Amino acid sequence: MHTIRSILIAVMGLAFGLLLNTQVWANATVPAATVKAELPAQSAAEEIKAKGNSTADHSKFKALQVDFKTGPEVTAACLECHTEAAKQVHKTKHWTWEYLNPVTKQKLGKKNVINNFCTSVTSNQTFCSACHVGYGWSDDKFDFTSEENVDCVVCHDTTGTYKKLPGLSGHPNYKAMEWPPHSGKFRPATDLKKVAQNVGKTSRKTCGGCHFYGGGGNAVKHGDLDSSLDNPKRYLDVHMDANGLNFTCGKCHLSDSHEVTGSRYAPTASDANDALIRGEKGDRNPSTCQACHSDRPHGDKVSAKLNEHTDKVACQTCHIPAFARGDYATKMTWDWSTAGKLDENGHRLQIKGSEGRDVYDSKKGNFTYEHYVIPEYVWFNGTVKYTLFGDKVADKDVVKINSFQGNASDPDARIWPVKVFRGKQPYDVGNNTLGVFHTAGEDDSAFWGNYNWDKAMEWGMKAAGIEYSGKMEFVNTEMSWPITHMVAPKEDALACHQCHKEGGRLQAIQDIYMPGRNNTPILDKLGFAIALLALIGVLIHGGIRIIMSKRG
Amino acid sequence: MTERIYVFKRFERFWHWSQAALIMFMMLTGFEVHGAYKFLGYESAVGLHTTAAWTLVSLWVFAVFWHLTTGEWKQYIPTMEKVDAMLKFYLTGIFTNAPHPFKQTTLSKHNPLQRLAYLFVLVIINPLIWITGWFYLFYSSWQDWGVTWLSLEWVAFFHVVAAFMILIFFIAHIYLATAGHTPTSHIKAMITGWEETD
Repeated sequence: MHTIRSILIAVMGLAFGLLLNTQVWANATVPAATVKAELPAQSAAEEIKAKGNSTADHSKFKALQVDFKTGPEVTAACLECHTEAAKQVHKTKHWTWEYLNPVTKQKLGKKNVINNFCTSVTSNQTFCSACHVGYGWSDDKFDFTSEENVDCVVCHDTTGTYKKLPGLSGHPNYKAMEWPPHSGKFRPATDLKKVAQNVGKTSRKTCGGCHFYGGGGNAVKHGDLDSSLDNPKRYLDVHMDANGLNFTCGKCHLSDSHEVTGSRYAPTASDANDALIRGEKGDRNPSTCQACHSDRPHGDKVSAKLNEHTDKVACQTCHIPAFARGDYATKMTWDWSTAGKLDENGHRLQIKGSEGRDVYDSKKGNFTYEHYVIPEYVWFNGTVKYTLFGDKVADKDVVKINSFQGNASDPDARIWPVKVFRGKQPYDVGNNTLGVFHTAGEDDSAFWGNYNWDKAMEWGMKAAGIEYSGKMEFVNTEMSWPITHMVAPKEDALACHQCHKEGGRLQAIQDIYMPGRNNTPILDKLGFAIALLALIGVLIHGGIRIIMSKRG
Repeated sequence: MTERIYVFKRFERFWHWSQAALIMFMMLTGFEVHGAYKFLGYESAVGLHTTAAWTLVSLWVFAVFWHLTTGEWKQYIPTMEKVDAMLKFYLTGIFTNAPHPFKQTTLSKHNPLQRLAYLFVLVIINPLIWITGWFYLFYSSWQDWGVTWLSLEWVAFFHVVAAFMILIFFIAHIYLATAGHTPTSHIKAMITGWEETD
């Protein structure tokens, strides 16, 4: 009896031991295999990541192992392999700075519009072309057919060392140079070889190099684009969140043949469609919210009502609750009329505000900046009309440099958030046109050199090819910029009551009925008055009954 | 001599009180959506108003079925008979403890003024609030329905007009609930089903 039990225990023990052993085996072998398989793969992946996932290591190309003297030399080297690249770039707005709006027939583009920041490129190309994808644009004689004048590396640099400086007509500095001017600091000569050998895909840094700094400085122009998008947190941009989705600009602004989608001259204001399917035929803009999210993005079960808003309200209106939500305030006003005041020694004044940004500059006048700005809201169907060179000004009190078209009855219009930038700038009294003036240059007419408006205007108007009466004033101007970047996470989207109340965000939109606004004040007064009378009536009636019953 | 008659059946009482609760709740949320005050918050008010509306629709499906199958719909056939007597009672008799001019029976449980009032609710207020409410709710489908001539502003206007009518009806209704044989007899009847009458 005893022996049998012992044998049984022994057998069970053995079986258990075996079982345990297999477990251990399994535990031991599986991770070992995983580790073996993953280790080299991981390091290879890291290596590839460091090289930008490219199949080509540009530092290995003989054509790039050259001590380049100038940017065009680099471009010539690029073109040896990328034979069609410059021809492609030549067709884009990044190169031409020109755009013909097919609806309004207006000739737009940076070259042709006036704004209320630095106002006009015309006659100021040596400075403005720091943001042109080309080399050498200094006046109207620039050769737009030259392939070598295309600047490849301004967009394809990955080193962060390539910088085109204002005043150099689109070139980077090839020699060490004091920068910023009169700062005592020196920028070393651009290492073109290093830049050329490290080219890669465009990045937030390369796009941002111009687009974050529009209007003359970080965060100045757009309000929804500034250098805080180099490395944003989820709060600032749910798509670009560096620890999350980490989108580049190009993720939405899909490009083909160097043509980048998405445009401020002809924006897609509405897109009442399903999400765009890869390979789908058609000419839909892939940079819209709807291209990925569709126009019914909220899930019908969760909130059909939210989805129903998309026929009137742009996504941006709720999902970008404010602009300039990053690290920098954006410029809100620019008054050129005060420019030109100098200190007692005749020197330029630069007065900084508490945030460390210019509030007055002799070259430019007065500015104001704001952080976390609540946008203004307008109907917008995608068509923008501009007041261009020589266009007669319609309303002299406030000149609308651009005006967004659309209204409540327009099926293509949506309510959009905009940054309205307010300026005060030169105006030709005699001809009733906006002024074009010569800002920067090494000559005696540039306003930034001699602070003489008459000379600057004369030169600028002539360069723009429009008549100048010789008499100038300053007019108030407004220019609107659609707000579409820095999309907040959904928990920060607007709540219903921020619009659906008296005095809400959409108070300026009056051609549509909105529940929750004090829409029918007369009916409300009448209704509540009659209800109150009924209440008083029954109370009196009841009172009499109580009194009478006590007497009785 | 007081006698008791059974006037309100179980379903009817359930219908009345659940409808009363829903209507009060819908007035509360509805006037908030309209912008008259801030109470639950706009988003909650809209959501709850909509949910309450669908609940009331379901309740009505049952109520209509019940009225049709039991023949109780006949209770709402209007009559002008004794309307003047009722008015006179509310204006004078009620104060002097005069006898109620209307004698309730199971077959005729509403006095002539009630019949007229409820008919007004049935024929005017309810269609107005329901039709405008449905159009309001399905605003985004108008285009698919081919409804291009309607404006949300007018739909909302008449919805609010109907809502005020309900509010006024509600005040009068609650008060007149105390105007029975005794101040509480109507209310008790609506709870227990049994009405005390002369």
